[in-house]
Amino acid sequence: MRWPPYRGGVLIIDTATYEAIVDHARRDHPDEACGVVAGPEGSDRPARFIPMLNAAMSPTFYEFDSGDLFRLYKEMDSRDEEPVVIYHSHTATEAYPSRTDINLAQEPGAHYVLVSTRDGADSPSYDGPVEFRSYRIIDGEVTEEEVQVVPAYPAE
Amino acid sequence: MAIELRVPTILRTYTGGEKAVNGAGSTLAEFIDDVNGNHPGLKERIVEGRPEELRRFVNVYVNDEDVRFTGGLKTEVKDGDVVVVLPAVAGG
Repeated sequence: MRWPPYRGGVLIIDTATYEAIVDHARRDHPDEACGVVAGPEGSDRPARFIPMLNAAMSPTFYEFDSGDLFRLYKEMDSRDEEPVVIYHSHTATEAYPSRTDINLAQEPGAHYVLVSTRDGADSPSYDGPVEFRSYRIIDGEVTEEEVQVVPAYPAE
Repeated sequence: MAIELRVPTILRTYTGGEKAVNGAGSTLAEFIDDVNGNHPGLKERIVEGRPEELRRFVNVYVNDEDVRFTGGLKTEVKDGDVVVVLPAVAGG
């Protein structure tokens, strides 16, 4: 099956990666969690989950460490990958890009995923839905997109 | 020989889509000025203010070293060096 062209309107993500992102956000609460899901260049398929350290170790800010960032991009480059998803959590507010998120977004090809762990969503006993939303952020403009969670990606 | 600049996706609008461009100079500041001569506008996405400094949310590496630890814009460069620019991944 051919991978369908959905760039711009939908994030299609497999269950395991979706859960890995939510688990990371819960684990790092009350600090913000952050990371990348890399995928083959041009595929728009988030395939390789890469949790990153939040060098800011803050409940209101996240930043990849500069050395980690360098190694991450070098590795993706050598594997012909790109950052398909860039995710981070909000720990006390909704899963919507903050002014800072919008100003600092510098990957026009990425899906920016936000997860919120507010209102007890970080707790293992929390059984409500965890806010998990995806956006394009290009030149300061935010466009939300649908998130489709699939059991597995179709074979290429 | 020349010095190579690896251009991040978001700045490739300044390089006609090229992932890497060449330039010359003996310091990072001179090199960025030289590259900017062929690709106007690139410099102001990397450098700001007077005196000029690297933008807070742009990382620059010369041969794998973050230049913030090697003298910033005064970092010495030479033919064969690779300069990598990576926007910070950060937010609130």
